[in-house]
Amino acid sequence: MPRVTYISAKGDVREIDVPVGTTVMSAALKNGVDGIVAECGGVCMCSTCHVFVDEKFFDRLPPANDTEEAVLEIAAVERQATSRLSCQIKVTDTLDGLIVRLPEKQR
Amino acid sequence: MGAGAVIVGTGQAGFQTAASLRAEGYAEPITLIGGEPQIPYQRPPLSKGFALGQQDFESIELRPEKFYQDHRINLIAGKRVTQIDRATRHVKLESGEELRYEKLVLAVGSRNRKLTVKGAELDGIVYLRSLEEAVVIRDRLKNANAVVVIGGGFIGLELAAVARTMGKAVTVVEALPRLMSRAVAPMISEFFRELHTSKGITVICGATIVAIEGPDGNVRSIALSDGSRWPADLIIAGVGVLPNVELAQGAGLPVANGIAIDEFLQTDDENIFAIGDCAEFPCAFAGTRIRLESVQNAADQAQHVAATIAGRRSAYKALPWFWTDQFNVKLQMAGISNGHDRTVMRGNAEFGKFSLFYFKGERLVGIDSLNRPLDHMMGRKLMSAHVPLTPGQAADESFDLKHLAHTVGAAHH
Repeated sequence: MPRVTYISAKGDVREIDVPVGTTVMSAALKNGVDGIVAECGGVCMCSTCHVFVDEKFFDRLPPANDTEEAVLEIAAVERQATSRLSCQIKVTDTLDGLIVRLPEKQR
Repeated sequence: MGAGAVIVGTGQAGFQTAASLRAEGYAEPITLIGGEPQIPYQRPPLSKGFALGQQDFESIELRPEKFYQDHRINLIAGKRVTQIDRATRHVKLESGEELRYEKLVLAVGSRNRKLTVKGAELDGIVYLRSLEEAVVIRDRLKNANAVVVIGGGFIGLELAAVARTMGKAVTVVEALPRLMSRAVAPMISEFFRELHTSKGITVICGATIVAIEGPDGNVRSIALSDGSRWPADLIIAGVGVLPNVELAQGAGLPVANGIAIDEFLQTDDENIFAIGDCAEFPCAFAGTRIRLESVQNAADQAQHVAATIAGRRSAYKALPWFWTDQFNVKLQMAGISNGHDRTVMRGNAEFGKFSLFYFKGERLVGIDSLNRPLDHMMGRKLMSAHVPLTPGQAADESFDLKHLAHTVGAAHH
């Protein structure tokens, strides 16, 4: 099972084995990773599952669509070059080892 | 340690209050209690992916059960609160048990308005609010042939789209002259009427139900005020909700179109708050007292009341926003467009990519967007921060909303 590492703004590290097809957002909620709120439930209406994707993995992700790009513009912590919504990242085998960093706030 | 916070209602508002209290560093006991037997779950998917059978309960629960233990939230699911004793600060449960509170949050939601027409008691008439009702709808849809949806609002139209996607013959009956008329401008109503019609749904506006017929006790047909009669073996009624005010009323708290609260989301009793679907609050964006039924309203008010209880008291001023998914179309709404006196279009209606900007005088009060997500998100940012946008700027596609929104600085939403 691909492993995803979540690093909180304070530097706490959580490594979670995520079934292929599960989103980085829902794996975080299921495993009690604080720092992902997911207020809208994963439909690209809020920005509360914002993550910074490690540069090594960023290019392996399918690009964000227009809706996700728009939502990133309202993130509570300003977006950076590798910002994504974790509800839009589905885990695949090629993403094994994925590292995401969480912003200090989501609202 | 004191009696802590008791939150009544395990919907989105109740859940978020409990979660946010802990996130705010509140160290007192938290009890989250409600009549629904399940752990808190999301309602929006019930009329969308869940009804279609694409999502199961696990995918719609707000957090796994362990979350409540991990955050020391005493979740009591399946027990109804029937009474508040303000003098002694207790709530009484149906079971006779009592719970002491220091702060009480009423997140008790709303319930469906029921049909009162002749035949409303027949088998085969369903409503949607709870998971249990969603399961009934999902199961009954499998075997239904002819579905009539009563009410051309968000829930009705989302379920009509689900039923049609499943291959059913679908008729939508709306009493008012157009769809979603309380929320959107005629142009948006017309867009959705065409969408539903193009998918094979019969949309009838301006007609009311005269009777539901079923000689054998099961729904067989429906007779309308225009004289027409439609076969039906399943009727889905989405005709609005009523706020659950009785608990507050019984405790002598003022109620209007909802439990009456002030800008601090507080009732007349300084230890009792009300939030979400059940609460009527003064909305700066509407310029009046309103009651909203939405995830945004539930979550933002919950977060706000949690901050207040945790000691950071301020006036509530979040911008309302909302969405609906019908077939493959997502309509995004920001602000409160009621009371507007003009609309301005941005984008291209012909290709189904446009936003309507609603103005009251020169003030932007709402935006409805179809396939224009950046308009919606930037609109939220601009309206939240009260950055003025003129009708001319809204209509001018070369005017950069993102640039203007960035002058706002840190995101407000």
